[in-house]
Amino acid sequence: MSSSTPAQPLVHPVGSARVWGTALAVVGVLLLLTYLVAFDQGAVSRSGMYLHELMHDGRHLLGVPCH
Amino acid sequence: MPLTTTHNPPTFATVLLRGLLAGLVAGLLAGAFGYLVGEPRIEAAIAIEEAATHTGPVADDHHEDELVGRDGQRAGLFLATGLFGTAMGGLLATAYVLLRRRLRATDDGRSALLLAGGTLLGAVLVPFLKYPANPPAVGDPDTIDQRTVAYLALVVLGLVAVWAGTLGYRSVRADAPVWQRFGAGIGGFLLVTVVGYVVLPSFQEVPDDFPATLLWNFRLASLGTQVVLWAAIGLLFSALMSRGGGRPESARHADDRSGEPAIGQGTPAHL
Repeated sequence: MSSSTPAQPLVHPVGSARVWGTALAVVGVLLLLTYLVAFDQGAVSRSGMYLHELMHDGRHLLGVPCH
Repeated sequence: MPLTTTHNPPTFATVLLRGLLAGLVAGLLAGAFGYLVGEPRIEAAIAIEEAATHTGPVADDHHEDELVGRDGQRAGLFLATGLFGTAMGGLLATAYVLLRRRLRATDDGRSALLLAGGTLLGAVLVPFLKYPANPPAVGDPDTIDQRTVAYLALVVLGLVAVWAGTLGYRSVRADAPVWQRFGAGIGGFLLVTVVGYVVLPSFQEVPDDFPATLLWNFRLASLGTQVVLWAAIGLLFSALMSRGGGRPESARHADDRSGEPAIGQGTPAHL
């Protein structure tokens, strides 16, 4: 391994089933989190409108259509 | 020389953790900005909303801050931006790992920053110019579904536009005059953006009597919150990528080489 490698390689080769599977799972969880903050009205969080109202100001300021 | 090869390359999990951390901190910073700059505008808009509501019958007043008071919503701002930032940081890190080769990364810190900048442009600025953020008391609840779908479509199109701009930039030879490369890049970006702006529906829902200055100030505060979020995500993620997984200082001279580094394959072929 040369010290002049332009960038250190990441360990898992992109394209391997493992990294894609992990990435898909991670993206799913993170999109769910995004949904909970930005769009949920209790349908997923089962909190009624509590979380929706709690994060009301953040949604407005993050530019998400709110009401 | 062994001095610079003792780092272990970062795994996906490490990069992801850096993104999540950068996103969390950036989200809290954006929350602080929103608290200081945005909250006064939200308060003013809510006062207008309340005034409108209270002109109706008293029984009609099942207003939303029954469930969570204003103090709760002000604190909830930090929860919202913190969670949102964490999610965005994680998505950015995942995208970085998957796109790293296509980014032609020779410097992880630089490429991470560029990716965050592209996301700011595509996922924030492009949607904002057509669907700017609205304060409370602006927006027709009956169209919330259409507005949400159109907004998300424009977020996706904005990212496609950035991608198209990159393709345009790269479609011109590297030794061509710089204006040609940037011209092609801007052209590709604008092409997709304009098509999106024309095709997607417009919504004009600002009440006639809503103060224009308040609307403008709120929208600036919202834009500022999002710019703080993405600028901080980009800088922090870039810093973490430079520190923990970046190339060694001695590799600087390799900047101008055109080969793509192999991912997970050890030494690039051209070396």
